Amino acid sequence: MSKKPTATADKKADAGTTPASAPINAQLTKEQRIELYRQMVRIRRFEERSLRAYQAKKIGGFLHLYIGQEAVAVGCCSLMGKNDHVITAYRDHGHAIAVGMDTKPLMAELYGKVTGCSKGKGGSMHYFEPSMNFWGGHGIVGGQIPLGTGLAYALKYQGLKGAAMAFMGDGAVNQGAVHEAYNLAALWDLPVIFVIENNRYSMGTSQERSSAGPGLAQRAEAYGMEWATCDGHDVYAVRATMDKFLTRAREQSKPAVVEIDTYRYRGHSVADPDKTYRDKAEIEEYQRTKDPITLFQRTLVDEGVLNDALIEQIDTEARAEADAAADFSEASPYPTVEDIQKDVYWEVDHADKRTSEGRLFFDN
Amino acid sequence: MPLITYREAIRHALAEELERDANVVVMGEEVAQFNGAYKVTEGLLARFGPKRIVDTPISEAGFIGMGIGASMLGIRPVMELMFWSFYSVAFDQILNNAANVRYMSGGKINCPIVVRGPANGGTNVGATHSHTPENVLANHPGVKVVVPATAADAKGLLKSAIRDNDPVFFLENTLLYGEKGEVPEGEHVVPLGKADVKREGTDLTIVTYGRSVLHSLKAAEVLEKEHDLSVEIVDLRSIRPLDIDTVLKSVAKTHRVLIVEEQKPFASVGSQLSDMIQRMAFDELDGPIHRLSTVDAPAIYSPPVETEQLPNPQRVLKAALAAVK
Repeated sequence: MSKKPTATADKKADAGTTPASAPINAQLTKEQRIELYRQMVRIRRFEERSLRAYQAKKIGGFLHLYIGQEAVAVGCCSLMGKNDHVITAYRDHGHAIAVGMDTKPLMAELYGKVTGCSKGKGGSMHYFEPSMNFWGGHGIVGGQIPLGTGLAYALKYQGLKGAAMAFMGDGAVNQGAVHEAYNLAALWDLPVIFVIENNRYSMGTSQERSSAGPGLAQRAEAYGMEWATCDGHDVYAVRATMDKFLTRAREQSKPAVVEIDTYRYRGHSVADPDKTYRDKAEIEEYQRTKDPITLFQRTLVDEGVLNDALIEQIDTEARAEADAAADFSEASPYPTVEDIQKDVYWEVDHADKRTSEGRLFFDN
Repeated sequence: MPLITYREAIRHALAEELERDANVVVMGEEVAQFNGAYKVTEGLLARFGPKRIVDTPISEAGFIGMGIGASMLGIRPVMELMFWSFYSVAFDQILNNAANVRYMSGGKINCPIVVRGPANGGTNVGATHSHTPENVLANHPGVKVVVPATAADAKGLLKSAIRDNDPVFFLENTLLYGEKGEVPEGEHVVPLGKADVKREGTDLTIVTYGRSVLHSLKAAEVLEKEHDLSVEIVDLRSIRPLDIDTVLKSVAKTHRVLIVEEQKPFASVGSQLSDMIQRMAFDELDGPIHRLSTVDAPAIYSPPVETEQLPNPQRVLKAALAAVK
């Protein structure tokens, strides 16, 4: 692991307190704690089920699994208010579930079915649900970060008290578009939190081999932005850190960069050989000592919130939900060839409101 | 009708739409305090204030991407590219994000953004600043592409573009900004996708758009006087959507076609048109379709030679005579 510099966010203020005792966590009801746990388990079971479907050749293209990173999306998205928005990259299943999307259309999208959340037009990397303030699901590394900044711009323009969370992986921090977005957000005090999910590898290239400087989040200093790092294996820690910056963004319209340490157990995508850049021992060590679900399960057992029966029940239900999503997908029809040219233009899909004339498509 | 410049016509369209819809924001490099690199936005900051007229840093990928994100939440940004040539540094934002987000979301997201600015050669600024990307842009389903030639069209089309719920790329021309034309007073809206016959004729159809319309009109006068040729000029105005019907109607009348465009010839708007015309009006043609494009090389700097690289009245004249042989 790279050595971490000290964040601008005052760590001393937290001295003597634990993430669990931070007010945002201390106030959680028993049911809310169980719900956080359940969300993480649901994401993991969904991902495991989708992997099996992929291996059974039910799913085309890429499949970037979120297994190991569940506490990040669940922790962050559990803090969302009415005017808070989320945008992320292609490892987007966890965020989609965490904002509340139904797993049936999510799985169906992987299967390329018309019942998918994007009608089978986006695939694994392109989940969207604007009605839940979830803006994708974007395939080009770092390309979504200016869009997330634009969500924050719109909030500020409309005078709404909200914040945008723009997620990226550690591999995105070297893209120019990310730095252009940092500059705009800081220049115009936009309420956006740039969340770096640092799972240590940009595809197969480690941080040490890809990113200059002492730390990824620290680059915020060049733009006069606040930044922090955070333990992404502990959902309470994610919530405690993010709450601070989200509140500041909503109340004072200030951007920040938060780097959340996490780890993915699976390859960059399922097609990744995953043997060239890290040891099996490293993965096993994370699974043994830092698994976010196991850690939170222990915490909640210690708190007296979870017990063996409930753990078993949550797991069984999550597996059943994932299986039901797969069955739903299996039974759903594919889009038709006629569907290919729908959802291209607003005007074509609202033909009665069309104001332009002439040809929009150019097939012979 | 008042005679105003192309530049003023665009400014009027912006001002009227800013007035009409509080979600319209004009953004770009030097659009506010500097009054616009080409003075298109002159006076708008004073009239509408810094919330509506926003200077951006030189950061096209950043601010255009930001505009796209804001448009998804209901803002209607009109982004100025100082030159359309700079689209290359924002290519991913423009042609991956704006063009595809509606499709990839299964129609859940709209992107009502306008990106506008000049896209032309002829100002001796070399190859990096002289791109005409209408063919590249129009190659992406999901976007609309407009290239106005006159002041009236510039105003009417820009108003339509700003009201459109799909991303519209609006390509102006620095050499047209000072050209005056009659523009109807009051609400003047020109629908996208409607070509305009700028001159009627019977012997040859010139299909063209942008500044090449002006060259073609000049050439047509000479062809009439000195060669007794009656030339019809169809100004496409909009590349996508494309009004192919007006083109075909003219071809059915003249049976001869010359396409004039300020594009490099390979896979250009002209190549698309040629394919469509030969396929849809094969029996109407009395000869092969002719094309006049920019001479196929990066834009040369040398001022007198650049004039010869681009379409100009003399080159149009020559090409027209070849097309009716």
